[in-house]
Amino acid sequence: MTVVHSAPKIASNEGVLDALTKALGKSVISGEEKHGEIILTVARDSIVDVLRSLRHDHAYQQMMEIAGVDYPDRAERFEVVYMLLSLTKNHRIMVKLSTDEATAVPSITDLWPNAGWLEREVFDMYGVKFAGNPDLRRILTDYGFEGHPFRKDFPMTGYTELRYSEDEKRVVYEPVKLAQDMRTFDFLSPWEGAEYVLPGDEKAEGGDADKKAAEKKS
Amino acid sequence: MSHGIQIEESPTTDGDVITNYTINFGPQHPAAHGVLRMIMELDGEVIERVDPHVGLLHRGTEKLIEHKTYLQALPYFDRLDYCSPLCQEHSYVLAIEKLLNIEVPERAQYLRVMFAELTRICNHMLNIGAHVMDVGAMTPNLWVFELREDCLNFFERASGARMHSAWFRPGGVHQDVPEKLLVDMGNWIDNRLPELFGDAMSLVLDNRIFKQRNVDIAVVSRDDAIAWGFSGPMIRAAGIPWDLRKSQPYDVYDRMEFDIPIGTNSDCYDRFMVRVKEVYESAKIIKQCLAEIPEGPIASQDGKVSPPKRGEMKQSMESLIHHFKLYTEGFHVPEGEVYVATESPKGEFGVYLVSDGSNKPYRCKIRPTAFSHLQAMDMMSKGHMLPDATAILGAIDVVFGECDR
Repeated sequence: MTVVHSAPKIASNEGVLDALTKALGKSVISGEEKHGEIILTVARDSIVDVLRSLRHDHAYQQMMEIAGVDYPDRAERFEVVYMLLSLTKNHRIMVKLSTDEATAVPSITDLWPNAGWLEREVFDMYGVKFAGNPDLRRILTDYGFEGHPFRKDFPMTGYTELRYSEDEKRVVYEPVKLAQDMRTFDFLSPWEGAEYVLPGDEKAEGGDADKKAAEKKS
Repeated sequence: MSHGIQIEESPTTDGDVITNYTINFGPQHPAAHGVLRMIMELDGEVIERVDPHVGLLHRGTEKLIEHKTYLQALPYFDRLDYCSPLCQEHSYVLAIEKLLNIEVPERAQYLRVMFAELTRICNHMLNIGAHVMDVGAMTPNLWVFELREDCLNFFERASGARMHSAWFRPGGVHQDVPEKLLVDMGNWIDNRLPELFGDAMSLVLDNRIFKQRNVDIAVVSRDDAIAWGFSGPMIRAAGIPWDLRKSQPYDVYDRMEFDIPIGTNSDCYDRFMVRVKEVYESAKIIKQCLAEIPEGPIASQDGKVSPPKRGEMKQSMESLIHHFKLYTEGFHVPEGEVYVATESPKGEFGVYLVSDGSNKPYRCKIRPTAFSHLQAMDMMSKGHMLPDATAILGAIDVVFGECDR
């Protein structure tokens, strides 16, 4: 595919994926190159060794970001993605692993001190635990917050709201009361096959709607 | 600062007792640059330990973005780092364009680079002014705010909004700029900016008090700067000539000629000076853009991504359908994931975008610049005096809209 976009140009990806997969050996579960990004999926327990090797032997000096992603349908629902940057080779790669609520991911705070907060953030937002992080507190959410808000099953409105109470002269927390329902619009075209009951169809007496639709089609 | 709590007693000779104090710096402290709360452990006036508490401005932007179409999510980026809105949008639109692999017309690329650099000037005006005010000078701040006002006026003339422009769009920019605006920008770069900025800086750069407050404060070694994930002026002040505009050029940055100012001593003064020099480099880039900018379309010609002109929409059925589909369903982005980082005025601002092939981002992780810098606050301020903390914070250039997201 010819590249026509004008996103940042890094050093060529050519041969990098093969070289890294070979060098890292069994730790690499899979590697792919798509949209100009090199993504290595590695075994969870070997993450520290993999990143150490990438840092020392392959000159990826900076770890810019750790991102969590939630895929609720998978057996191990969380992905943790590490973005590495090489200042000398002018190259970027992503290294990712998967985990679930119960299994802890080895912390990389010994390799990069800035991993501390980034791991805290993933923990705060997704509840992924990092074994070995000396200070795994919540970071972005409120003091005393419960739950992990970026999980896909966490509602966007949350569970509690707060306001200043004139009676108590302090901020009080209450369960969320919505004056109006959360509006989620679905703009995906029903002509291309909606996988749900169209609004209104549920009122039709069972089977009737299907029959009519079938008649219309024929 | 609120009342301290006595937390431990350390006995000294002759039974005198010196006590360590833990104090709250912020979240209401004017030098905290927004809502930052720092728990500081002090030994007298010397900082022993700093624990920054961030997240007081956390709005869940990334979660909100997952519930919006790609276009609807764009204005959230203005509201992250509200001092350099267009540079944040830049990362996001480039990430979408990378997934879609669409071509952006040249004029749009020039316009984007030009306004990203204007944003850089605008951002540095705020930071430079705030930094000198943090260490005690009032006048330069008022002067550079005049320039900031000019920048905001330019944004308004280009996009209609002073701060939250939402002007960069996937595939180009939202609307073309009037010819007069480009002329005025050229005059401003040639006359007003160097004059007023030079005047303001002449009060500061060699000022003895300013130097006493900044030189040799928070020295970070090269290795530390790399290990802590520094970027932008923070890493350049450490003597590493690393600038994403040069090393990983996007849009038409590879055609621009500019220098990367670097520091030698890696202290707060160097960070400040790097920003001062960057203002002149940005001005150079804008001038080149003004000279080279071609005529032509300002958004991708792909009707599936960028909306048709209003006149076309009134005449052509196809355009009308495109318009309707784009503003209801939005466009679909191919499955995949990209991490796109650009050089925002504060450092590397990255967007990790995961698409599941639908019209909404599956996940949009934002890499704020301030996160790794602020994390090093403890390392940087250990052993310095309490008032130095404000200078260090000023030199980091944090904005909490972006740090907390």
